[in-house]
Amino acid sequence: MTSTAAGKELATDGANELLLDVRDLRTYFKTDDGIVKAVDGVSFSVGRGETLGIVGESGCGKSVTMMSILGLNPKPGRVNIPAGPGRGEAMSKALQDSTKFVSLSTGEAFFKGENLLTVSGSRLREIRGGDIAMIFQDPMTSLNPVHSIGTQLIEATLLHQDVSKKQARKLAIEALKDVGIPRAERRIDDYPHQFSGGMRQRVMIAMALINDPKLLIADEPTTALDVTTQAQILELMNRMQEEHGTAIVMITHDLGVVAEVADEVVVMYAARVAERAPVDNIYEQPMHPYTWGLLGSLPRLETDVERLTQIPGQPPSLLRPPAGCRFNPRCTFAFDRCRRELPELVATLADPSHTQACFLDEETKLREAHRVLASFDPEAAGGG
Amino acid sequence: MVLFIAVTMVTYVIFFVIPANPAAMAAGKSASAADIARAEKRLGLDKPVPIQYEKFLQRLVINRSLGYSFTNRRDVNEMVLAAAPVTASLVFGGVILWMLMALPIGILSALRPRSLLDRSAMVFVLIGISAPVIWIGLVLQYFIGFKWALTPNSGYCDFINPPAGATCGGPVDWFTHLILPWFTFAILFAAIYVRMIRSNVMDTLGEDYVRTARAKGAPETQVMQKHVLRNALLPVVTMLGMDIGIALGGAIFTEYIFGLPGLGRLAIQSLEAFDLPTIMGVVVFSTLAIIVFNVIVDVLYAGIDPRIRLE
Repeated sequence: MTSTAAGKELATDGANELLLDVRDLRTYFKTDDGIVKAVDGVSFSVGRGETLGIVGESGCGKSVTMMSILGLNPKPGRVNIPAGPGRGEAMSKALQDSTKFVSLSTGEAFFKGENLLTVSGSRLREIRGGDIAMIFQDPMTSLNPVHSIGTQLIEATLLHQDVSKKQARKLAIEALKDVGIPRAERRIDDYPHQFSGGMRQRVMIAMALINDPKLLIADEPTTALDVTTQAQILELMNRMQEEHGTAIVMITHDLGVVAEVADEVVVMYAARVAERAPVDNIYEQPMHPYTWGLLGSLPRLETDVERLTQIPGQPPSLLRPPAGCRFNPRCTFAFDRCRRELPELVATLADPSHTQACFLDEETKLREAHRVLASFDPEAAGGG
Repeated sequence: MVLFIAVTMVTYVIFFVIPANPAAMAAGKSASAADIARAEKRLGLDKPVPIQYEKFLQRLVINRSLGYSFTNRRDVNEMVLAAAPVTASLVFGGVILWMLMALPIGILSALRPRSLLDRSAMVFVLIGISAPVIWIGLVLQYFIGFKWALTPNSGYCDFINPPAGATCGGPVDWFTHLILPWFTFAILFAAIYVRMIRSNVMDTLGEDYVRTARAKGAPETQVMQKHVLRNALLPVVTMLGMDIGIALGGAIFTEYIFGLPGLGRLAIQSLEAFDLPTIMGVVVFSTLAIIVFNVIVDVLYAGIDPRIRLE
């Protein structure tokens, strides 16, 4: 946990300096069945050198959020739709009418003063892989099988740095050494299939960090790896963060991973943010029924439960999300208002940096959070 | 090697299963029983089939000879070697033509699925695949060769060294005489390849490493060239090698329509005459062509796909 502490220090150093500030991000897709609202009004921010964890079930819009920021969605459209209550409908209409694009993102994503959603395509390409790098879930398929890893690393360098091929190769070898690839001078000419899954993810990390980005987006970087390799990769990412001062957005569905690396956590549910808080708050004082559900489904070492608690039901379809709070059909606390109104993120009374989108009164929530935590960890609940 | 023996042996067996008497045909229309027996002995058809096959192999391996035709006693080696350049001209020209059509159409329609170009390409594919080669050939011949008289209608001219008494020769004549056959031959394959290239490129565009390349900040042209096409065209190389090998055995319909004296026409003529050595000649040649092109594909593949490179 030392690295997390270091990250926090960095974050407090430049507390008012936000690296990435996302506001009201929406990404819709056109499909044969209708408009899928994959991201529907998401806001969050990342400070310099900080680690943000984005958690949620599969299909809740975690990855699409970050892909939208980098313009990596399939066939993205460029339509300027002003903020306001009619934004969602205007986007749906623009998509329906279009034959040229199948995805559309609106909102703001400020990165060092530029709105990534409106910058030119060539500027965005400069940022991609330069100031913002991304690594992906499956290292087995994320590297091109017909090019040596050296070629792929050098490609990344040459796209963003003004160096000769020879220098680029040197940089690539350095980067491989950095991420702990033994005999990097020789392995640089090997092909992806000659590496194991963990080694390939190391290569991906080396490739992402070779241009010294300010922000690294890691989309489930450990999901496809076995547990021991997972730990190594997380450790490596922590170390790289300390050395380079890179901010990280870690997309994951693994609350264990988040506890280990994140400074702040965004919990997403059905294309929206359910709760956003410093990491300790999430584990000690979760304020959203969905977060309670997630924590309840986490296996614990300390307690001996027969069965893990699960959240009843399925995540809603993003084609036709339920009216009101998206979580209300699965929520045991839902009341009338939840079925009518869509809750916005509001700060909790106890901690202004802790925001959540739920209509329950805070007293009830504190009591419930206490009860949920006590059910699997009596000690922590007693202390909190 | 195993393939070679299997193919020639099966050809032999089929030949003798067919209820016909090649000796009778070789001996002439009004031959007596004694004449036929004599012809049988002369052609070696009186011996048991396995012995004949053994003799065929012996001749092939030791003398490198395919023997002499039953019907006109010409050297089969010569006949095959005379026919091979015709078929080769047709096939290689056709390959170039169909790849020139299939590559751009396939790639562009993969990049813009459901666009007007993509839809017209799919109509072309449907027509190309379902239209019989003979029909395409005859239509082209009628309109371009006959009605508008833009190109010669049939026949073949040697590229170099036309034989004495030939009516035409040289690269220009060679080219004009082959234009229609090339198109006729290429349309079916072009259609198949458009569809194959389109689906390969579309599949590859969805690969994770293409997303990685974009996330690196690579411009779209570089993503296409370096990451998409290289991977998408790997299977096309395999198919191309095999198709060339197969086609060299004779593009029967095309050669027939345009009166090209290639291997396909030789095969038909010899089959009609039950001319075993010539049939075997064509079979041996096309089998070798298929084997050779498969080897070429394997070698080429090891060069372009690191995953199967020999350790």
